[in-house]
Amino acid sequence: MRRPRYTLPALLLALSLAAIRAQAGEVAVAVAANFSAPFHAISGIFSARTGHTVKISTGSSGKLFAQIQHGAPFELFLSADTSKPEALVSSGHAAADSRFTYAVGRLALFSARRGTSARALLESGRFTHLAIANPRLAPYGRAAEESLQALGKWEAVQGQLVVGENIAQAWQFVATGNAELGLIALSQVIDKGSLPEGAWLVPRELHTPIRQELVLLARGQDNLAARELLDFLRSPEAAVIIRDFGYDSDPELN
Amino acid sequence: MHFTADDLAAIRLTLELATIVTALLLLIGTPLAWWLATTHSRLRNFVSALVALPLVLPPTVLGFYLLIGMGPEGPIGQLTRTLGIGTLPFTFAGLVVASVLYSLPFVVQPIQNAMAAIGQRPLEVAATLRAGAFDRFFSVVLPQARPGLLTATVLGFAHTVGEFGVVLMIGGNIPGETRVVSVQIYDHVEALDYAGAHALSLAMLLFSFVVLLGMYTLHPRAVFSAGPQPR
Repeated sequence: MRRPRYTLPALLLALSLAAIRAQAGEVAVAVAANFSAPFHAISGIFSARTGHTVKISTGSSGKLFAQIQHGAPFELFLSADTSKPEALVSSGHAAADSRFTYAVGRLALFSARRGTSARALLESGRFTHLAIANPRLAPYGRAAEESLQALGKWEAVQGQLVVGENIAQAWQFVATGNAELGLIALSQVIDKGSLPEGAWLVPRELHTPIRQELVLLARGQDNLAARELLDFLRSPEAAVIIRDFGYDSDPELN
Repeated sequence: MHFTADDLAAIRLTLELATIVTALLLLIGTPLAWWLATTHSRLRNFVSALVALPLVLPPTVLGFYLLIGMGPEGPIGQLTRTLGIGTLPFTFAGLVVASVLYSLPFVVQPIQNAMAAIGQRPLEVAATLRAGAFDRFFSVVLPQARPGLLTATVLGFAHTVGEFGVVLMIGGNIPGETRVVSVQIYDHVEALDYAGAHALSLAMLLFSFVVLLGMYTLHPRAVFSAGPQPR
């Protein structure tokens, strides 16, 4: 008489698995490179909870933007700025009501020399290279320029600037020791929620907020999984993760 | 077509870089090609593979290792610092070093092929006329290898002008120092300044075509070949 006792639960389990599978969707997301790590963490939790598969493509916002305009099969776009989601809405590639600021980037001044105060080093001027992202291309670069101007240092460092095409490359210049100083993203150097020794968190007031917006793309309009992910990204739970990774998530900053 | 002052600075810098790199490449590449074409050393295949590496490696790999290797912690960086010339990334000299490595196969291989095609006979004849080794090299080998040398010069120059990935990795985008045309074009495209990108890109396209057309007109048989050399 053992057989029936196990058959029923097994059948129920199989049925419910099949039901989950039928409901489990898939969502293709284009993510700005700087937000790759926190997004992987967030989507991991999201997938585990909902059973939805999240397919992640990372790249520079500019390239992802161009790809989306030329028909790339993404459903959700997490940009590193606000202008690209805005442009996608006006060109009809994205839904206007889905736009929101999911993270606000913070800038940090980082010294490659151990035990050296980055702030003091900048003040002394005794360094050969200061790495920043390209102010013309990258929001972090623009913020770096504004901050240096606010500190009255922009003119003084002109001969020492080295410019990465994006914030990842600016970090690379510092991480390899080729530039002693770098104005880079807090998210690149934050370690378990705390700033590394010697680094200086650039005060918010020194530059325009580095607002990172996301937008639901036309292809994702009818995708339930995409909408659920969107909601999850707005949740307080996601906000905690985003802050841990070195971003502000305070909606008041919007 | 309209160029900004920055564009013109990038063009001037690129031509300067390509000229210096091509001259260095011919100085280094010619003896190296001769050695590769004539040696029976066991090292020959090893060196050939090393020289050919930039043909197959993504420029970012080369650029990444150069950034680390020439940095303050890297072996080249420590050497240059000991010599009192600082580190090479973000400098024009750094670009020269990187470009020489990157364009080496484009110079060595055509010269090597041309030299290998000469064969032993003309050299033996020259030797019987009591021509010394240097004399044989300068009055027999070099004139005979002329098409190869021409191809090498054109390709070395054009390839340096067209270089992008390596420069992007180690350049730091400094105007007048490391911001070459290809990087400037990339900046224009990324900033969605398509007019600026078009002007420079078209100039680059025309330049490359004219250079290659000139080479094929002067030497219709000048073919860049990486295939097995005639023995």
